[in-house]
Amino acid sequence: MQIKKRTNIKFNVPQQLIPLGILFILVITALIVARYLLVPPTFGELGHYRSQAIEDNLAHPMSYAGYYSCNECHDDMMELKNQSNHRGVACEVCHGPAAKHIEDPSEYLPDAPRDRGFCPLCHGYDPARPSGFPQIIPALHNPGHACIFCHDPHNPLLPHAPEECSACHRDIANQKAVSHHATLDCTECHVVAAEHLTDPRSALAQKPVERALCGKCHADDADASKGIPRVEMASHGQRYLCWDCHYPHSPEAY
Amino acid sequence: MSEKNTKILRRDFLKAASRLIPGGLLFIMAPGTQALLAAVEGKEYDPSEHNYAMGVDIHKCIGCGRCADACKKENDVPREPTFFRTWVERYAIPSEGEARVDSPNGGIDGFPEVKDDRDIMRSFFVPKLCNHCTNAPCVQVCPVGATFTSPDGVVLVDREYCVGCRYCIQACPYGARYLHPEEHVADKCTFCYHRIREGLLPACVEVCPTKARVFGEVGQRSSPMHRFLRLNDVTVLKSWLNTKPKVYYAGADGEVR
Amino acid sequence: MNSILFSFGVMAAEAHGITGYIYPNEFELHWGLLVVLYPYLTGLVAGAFILASLERVFNVKVIMPVYRLSLLTALAFMLVAPLPLLAHLGHPERSFEMFLTPHSQSAMAMFGFVYAWYLMVVLLLEVWFDYRKDIVIKSREKRGIKKYFYKILTLGSTSLSEKALQFDNKAGRLITIIGIPSAFLLHGYVGFIFGSVKANPWWSSVLMPIVFLFSAIVSGIALVLLIYIVTSLVRWKQLNMACVNKLAEFLLYAMLVDFSLELLDFIQRLYESEESIAILSEMVSNRLFISLIITQIILGSLVPMFSIIMARFGRLPDELRRILYFLAAILVQVGIFSTRWNVVVGGQLFSKSLRGLTVYKLEIFGLEGVFMTIFLLLLPFVILYILTKVLPPWSDSDKSMSAPQG
Repeated sequence: MQIKKRTNIKFNVPQQLIPLGILFILVITALIVARYLLVPPTFGELGHYRSQAIEDNLAHPMSYAGYYSCNECHDDMMELKNQSNHRGVACEVCHGPAAKHIEDPSEYLPDAPRDRGFCPLCHGYDPARPSGFPQIIPALHNPGHACIFCHDPHNPLLPHAPEECSACHRDIANQKAVSHHATLDCTECHVVAAEHLTDPRSALAQKPVERALCGKCHADDADASKGIPRVEMASHGQRYLCWDCHYPHSPEAY
Repeated sequence: MSEKNTKILRRDFLKAASRLIPGGLLFIMAPGTQALLAAVEGKEYDPSEHNYAMGVDIHKCIGCGRCADACKKENDVPREPTFFRTWVERYAIPSEGEARVDSPNGGIDGFPEVKDDRDIMRSFFVPKLCNHCTNAPCVQVCPVGATFTSPDGVVLVDREYCVGCRYCIQACPYGARYLHPEEHVADKCTFCYHRIREGLLPACVEVCPTKARVFGEVGQRSSPMHRFLRLNDVTVLKSWLNTKPKVYYAGADGEVR
Repeated sequence: MNSILFSFGVMAAEAHGITGYIYPNEFELHWGLLVVLYPYLTGLVAGAFILASLERVFNVKVIMPVYRLSLLTALAFMLVAPLPLLAHLGHPERSFEMFLTPHSQSAMAMFGFVYAWYLMVVLLLEVWFDYRKDIVIKSREKRGIKKYFYKILTLGSTSLSEKALQFDNKAGRLITIIGIPSAFLLHGYVGFIFGSVKANPWWSSVLMPIVFLFSAIVSGIALVLLIYIVTSLVRWKQLNMACVNKLAEFLLYAMLVDFSLELLDFIQRLYESEESIAILSEMVSNRLFISLIITQIILGSLVPMFSIIMARFGRLPDELRRILYFLAAILVQVGIFSTRWNVVVGGQLFSKSLRGLTVYKLEIFGLEGVFMTIFLLLLPFVILYILTKVLPPWSDSDKSMSAPQG
């Protein structure tokens, strides 16, 4: 009461403000003390976050051992694989995370998927897959047999050269099959070297370069069946190549 | 010390170490190895000297979903089909009408067979993940500083500090975040921060069979990322939002979003 | 409120599943019923306070009978407003971090401070200054525990001198003047939390804070109107018709502004017709048809506006007027709740891939369920009841006729 009286006289502060002021100061002090006590020690060292959180993230254990670690013991397999079409495929793609196996090779064995469902994850036909990537339709491709019955995943050379281009170019084959060009062989237009069947990238199939190729059937004086649409090669399309407008694998119906 | 010398020294050290200690131990004591390696190389890891990024080549992606699977295994992501740090979308753009997109279980179990592909004009796969934006909206909106950009340019979550308000999930334009069902904190791709700091690749890059995913550092001329950016016409997702992603796409169609 | 929740439940049941493509992580809807509740409650707070300030600052004497009532209403709802947010957090025990290390760039980080400022500095102070005289008198008249309770409430400031009372009045006025922009800040800020999310085309709009603000004023006035009508009935007091008419008038004006702003937002979106327009139109015509077109626009805006115009400017007997006002105010509450629902839930029903729609599965039990929401909606009324017992807001306590005090 005395303090209040004194202040009243001295500064003429309204009576109400004194308890409010004290309360306000208490709250602010409590907040400052709480901040001081409760803000995590590493907060704000590097930015507006706990830098300890970086260490926390680093502490996460690894499951995948990495490309090179298999080589320590399985260099023979690695060498075989590296000669094959699977050279870019890391062991852990099929065998799963191997860090535990490396830790204790006898206790933890990596996966070795053998069922028919696994390989089609990459090699089943899907129009979204890039053309030329080897794809099969599992329901049609030797149904009932395990993939490894014919193919060695570490050296996936084909048991025999593919008989159909559709083995790898299914999307194109599918389109061609329902088009007016269904009866044409691929080799009618493409020159395919024998090596292309076993090592496709070493000898790519050749694409046509000249209009005359289409003219063999579609020129107005061509020696071909009557139902085939004809154009006058000299005036039709002018400087454009036929396939600049027409898609040969699925030419227009009209 | 030149880059090349460092690499050789590093390899020699690894070889020597692998002879001295059983191979696996190397990985158990990974943090220790890192320190030892640093000692051999004569310098410590300086995060400010690194700036990680990822490249995705749409033309190479075969949609096998191994990346999404490996990510879940590496990072203990819940196996349910509603939590993904990375997933693969399949686009089918018909000659007329809207693009069709699907991603059943993130592509982990493969994609359903396309019964009739006659009306499909273009079709391709698009792997998605956190874009580790330079201008990350999730970092901006986090009220407490529980998600942040590390000095080496990776957007991380502080699981001990996250209050679980999910504002970051709302702010992410890419749907890259989820609320961890057990931890009740926001969770997302870390570029496998625990791996890349050890010199390993993120799990998804590690297992990509066609090398459709490329990982490395921006601005380091010897990095595969540098080569990726030099040789491709790259785009980023939703560039108009000015998030400045560090996941670059080569061959991404305009329909991708 | 039950009826609204029921209609939403039916709506959720009617929706069959996901259509089109959504990102896999979008399967779970992150901000549910509780986050709908939060802007609804803060809106009521801001609206009720702005109504109170009309009397205090702009000298609209005719609404004096509801001045204290709207202050207490604001306080009661303010105390409950953070609870739904807290209950919805993944880690409520860490919520204090928002005070410790608020991220200056985060719209949400300021929540704690805006809330603390509004509750502690504006509402509590305003109520205290306004009631100090009554509290001091009660601390002298009452006996036993009650006496000490009111003594503590005086905070030791017991003077009833002319000067002290004059200061109470001046301070109250000053705080109200500060309070108006604060109320705008409180709810405009809630709007900004949504409006600033550039990743979400449904939310990202510069109009969002303003629309939030006006809908807040609408809901606040309607709530005070409701409470005033109901309490008068329960207390067997006669309604001050002049006051009720004025309230309805203000409600109508606020609704007109609110509705025009929302219409503007709608037209702008349609006219700009950005990338998101297709999926948003699909969402409005399918998923949000009942809650947006029927509940928000027709039942929540057009019908009440029409009935207020009829009641206020038509020649009707007072009884009928009261009933019309009452029904309009209830419809407005339903409408504003739908507005919050359509913003919060609507913003998550479409995929950010803009290729599909998802469904919100309403929880019944559990921390984020319907029962929790009903509880949190009733809680402020319980608090308000207690507050009116402790600090009676009635200006007609001894007379059956309501007469505004000077």
